[in-house]
Amino acid sequence: MLTAELWSPIRLTLELATLTTILLLIVGTPIAWWLARSRSRLKEVVATLVALPLVLPPTVLGFYLLIALGPDGLGGLFGGLVGMRTFAFTFEGLVFGSILYSMPFVVQPIRNAFEAIGDRPLEVAATLRASPLDRFLTVAIPLAKPGFLTGAVLGFAHTVGEFGVILMIGGNIPGETKVLSVAIYDFVETLRWREAHILSAGMLIFSFCVILSMSVLARRSGQKVF
Amino acid sequence: MATELTSTEAATIDVRLAGRLGAFALDVAFQAPTHGITALFGPSGCGKTSILRSMAGLQHIPGRITVAGEVWQDERRFRPPHQRPVGYIFQEASLFPHLSVRGNLAYGQRRAKTAETSIRFDDVVDLLGLAHLVERAPVHLSGGERQRVSIGRALLTQPRLLLMDEPLSALDRLAKDDILPYFEALHASLALPIILVTHDIAEVERLADHLVTLKAGSVVSSGPLNPTLTDPTLPFARGRESAAVLPATVVRRDDDGIIALDVLGTEVLVVNDKLDVGRHVRVRIAAQDVSIAREPSTNSSILNALPARIVGIDRLGHAEANVRLSLTEGRGFDFIARLSQRSLARLALRDGEIVVAQIKGVSFTATG
Repeated sequence: MLTAELWSPIRLTLELATLTTILLLIVGTPIAWWLARSRSRLKEVVATLVALPLVLPPTVLGFYLLIALGPDGLGGLFGGLVGMRTFAFTFEGLVFGSILYSMPFVVQPIRNAFEAIGDRPLEVAATLRASPLDRFLTVAIPLAKPGFLTGAVLGFAHTVGEFGVILMIGGNIPGETKVLSVAIYDFVETLRWREAHILSAGMLIFSFCVILSMSVLARRSGQKVF
Repeated sequence: MATELTSTEAATIDVRLAGRLGAFALDVAFQAPTHGITALFGPSGCGKTSILRSMAGLQHIPGRITVAGEVWQDERRFRPPHQRPVGYIFQEASLFPHLSVRGNLAYGQRRAKTAETSIRFDDVVDLLGLAHLVERAPVHLSGGERQRVSIGRALLTQPRLLLMDEPLSALDRLAKDDILPYFEALHASLALPIILVTHDIAEVERLADHLVTLKAGSVVSSGPLNPTLTDPTLPFARGRESAAVLPATVVRRDDDGIIALDVLGTEVLVVNDKLDVGRHVRVRIAAQDVSIAREPSTNSSILNALPARIVGIDRLGHAEANVRLSLTEGRGFDFIARLSQRSLARLALRDGEIVVAQIKGVSFTATG
């Protein structure tokens, strides 16, 4: 029933969301830790920058990304190093854009979880001879596990649902940048209702499952998700 | 130079700290022996917890801290907490919820930096009665059990100094009674100096060997336990519950339910049918339970009539007085008799006189 035309955007979307989530956990964890523990005055500025995609129209973010990733921006500069002219309209460009776009959904739950730990467990670990890195790895991360779960699920789901930014920086190249949301838009434009129905219903079920599993997880760990 | 060790620092724990903590000024200097339990005693907000946290390196108040010849902090150096050989017991047990009791105990043990292990896992489990708990999760432990695990966890880091911040205050009466014998066992079996922060005089009387009293960020007194408790210039001696607290050993059991205690070389008799010969205990002689006679009396019910010298008389208000006494037998110890000023006048007591101190009864603060 599912043709390659339907499978390709599904596979691409899952690849994009998985890669974005993994990279966001790697990049977002130190940011969340710093936001949770630092007393720097820059903290709220950085927190605001991270949260910007929450309120910014995706087209605005997409517009600036398009310029940044393009041949005249950083994309051209770094692209030259790996033999590419631009990162706009590429899968790599989508990953970069998705990381910025989904960052608040990953950083915020992890930051909240780090803040909820408080000073005490880390002080205890310090008096048990654990160095700062050791304390982070063996106490902070395990205790913040619910936050990591929430962040990963939200980051993944939000990337799957991305549309505006992708349209701006990715275009509609099958197998490269044509993800689910764009594919649905395309099917509707060309009046192919059956395919639009299949993909949309799939997304509906996926979204329902995500939120349900989040709520169950949250209930189990006694923490709030949103 | 100020960073060189002085000869007294080599054998003591020396703490000098001066700084502001928010609106609060701390300026303290005291020495504690490198053996036994030193209590930091004072009302809440006097700075005792800040001192303890500074000793662990969890807080940085300017000053100098040396422990048995090692500089942990001075003007130039500040050893971070994970490089100080301390065990820290927090007010709440603060076990890691993501680890089992065994995992908690092993956490510090794995990171201990000492070459030789003097405190072994099995010994700690034995000493603190943890054998049936090791595979459990911390949430399934009672408050007293949790605190025992946290003590074991601290001990397994092979500390050279144990710091305890009101370890009993979060526990109810029953849990306290349950855990206190373990503290006494600790005290008796480990040659590990302990600094104990507390605001409970009963804990001090039961556990401390050395007493540092604090008030509003300053040290009021610092010295061995009994001399501090009986010091007329300090509030302990003047209070209603004033008492002398001394170490003692059971030396004899008589058939009629009386035991003889050796208190620093003096024999004191007590009614008791539980303690066996050889047991080390602590006795508490309340000032209210001591009376004074001019002559040894043969027609009194009092068991203990000991010759003592009056070393000082302090009037308390207009009705009562403390008569400070020093035993003339044995190695001697100081204690206090609380008399009415009328009795004082009737007996015409004077400094330096030899009298008979009648001790109506003693209680035990510890039977470890």
